[in-house]
Amino acid sequence: MDQVAGWLMMGGYGGFVWPAYGLAAAVLGGLAFQSWRRHRRSGAALARLQTPADMPRQ
Amino acid sequence: MRQSTVEKGAAMLTRFANPARFMRLSGATLPWLGGAAAGVLALGLVWSLAIAPPDYQQGETVRIMFIHVPAAWMALSVYLFVAVASAVALVSRHPLAEIAAQAAAPVGAAFTLVCLATGSLWGRPMWGAWWVWDARLTSVLVLLFLYVGYIALVNAFDDRSRGARAGSLLALVGIVNLPIIKFSVDWWNTLHQPASVVRLSGPSIALSLLMPLLVMAVGFGLLFGWLLLLRMRTLLNERKAEALRLHGQPAPPRHRPTGERGDAAMPAARPVLR
Repeated sequence: MDQVAGWLMMGGYGGFVWPAYGLAAAVLGGLAFQSWRRHRRSGAALARLQTPADMPRQ
Repeated sequence: MRQSTVEKGAAMLTRFANPARFMRLSGATLPWLGGAAAGVLALGLVWSLAIAPPDYQQGETVRIMFIHVPAAWMALSVYLFVAVASAVALVSRHPLAEIAAQAAAPVGAAFTLVCLATGSLWGRPMWGAWWVWDARLTSVLVLLFLYVGYIALVNAFDDRSRGARAGSLLALVGIVNLPIIKFSVDWWNTLHQPASVVRLSGPSIALSLLMPLLVMAVGFGLLFGWLLLLRMRTLLNERKAEALRLHGQPAPPRHRPTGERGDAAMPAARPVLR
């Protein structure tokens, strides 16, 4: 338990190390999520426009 | 007459740069690229946060370097990519080049933001300042403004081709900032330390610290590849849908829910906007 607490403290620099990783995860993870969601939506919107009633299904 | 190497290269580029072929190839590549990025980044994070030893001078704050330095490399590399793609778009007017530049710019801006923010979080305990107006920090801030300016300019015009052209020109002019960033630590007396990895005489940092840094750099590179393909596909989908709405037939009634594989459900025989 003390080992984990010591690791989280980061030698007294935990207040700088963890926010740095958190911020990087938030910015890059947020961009990845937004890009993935927009890709999904764009694919679905295009499929709606392109799918006629007589089209063979996959 | 025999084809020259350049002609063969151009023919191959044209072959793979066909939007329909791009959609097929990128669709097959995306899951592998995404999986590889996630795997390498997970390994890099464990290595950076738990395995790498603290630095003898910087202590545990050296762990911030494992994201700061790769983010800085990506910020510069992605800008170079945007500038080269913009040049190709201006010269050849190939739609994929323009889309590649526009898809990459927000990713480059995100890496630049991460670089600046993590640098600031490292600077406070090590330099005693969140920010200093030295040449390296200032030129990277200018890089962020160039990215933001490019994105704003591309979206500022009703006529998309005018926006793309203006953005491409800005991206090309801004390329002058790249050598300034790289050599700012040599040309000026900066608080930011000089290069310690990419040097003619080889890296000056210990292997135990260099390895997690390189793993994170590979992870960021893979993440960029995944994001680039994903965002390019999105832009192609959106433009195709927009063209269909403007010039195509009215949308038929929806018969089934469509998911993320909607674009792939398009049969090859259907002659739309290839």
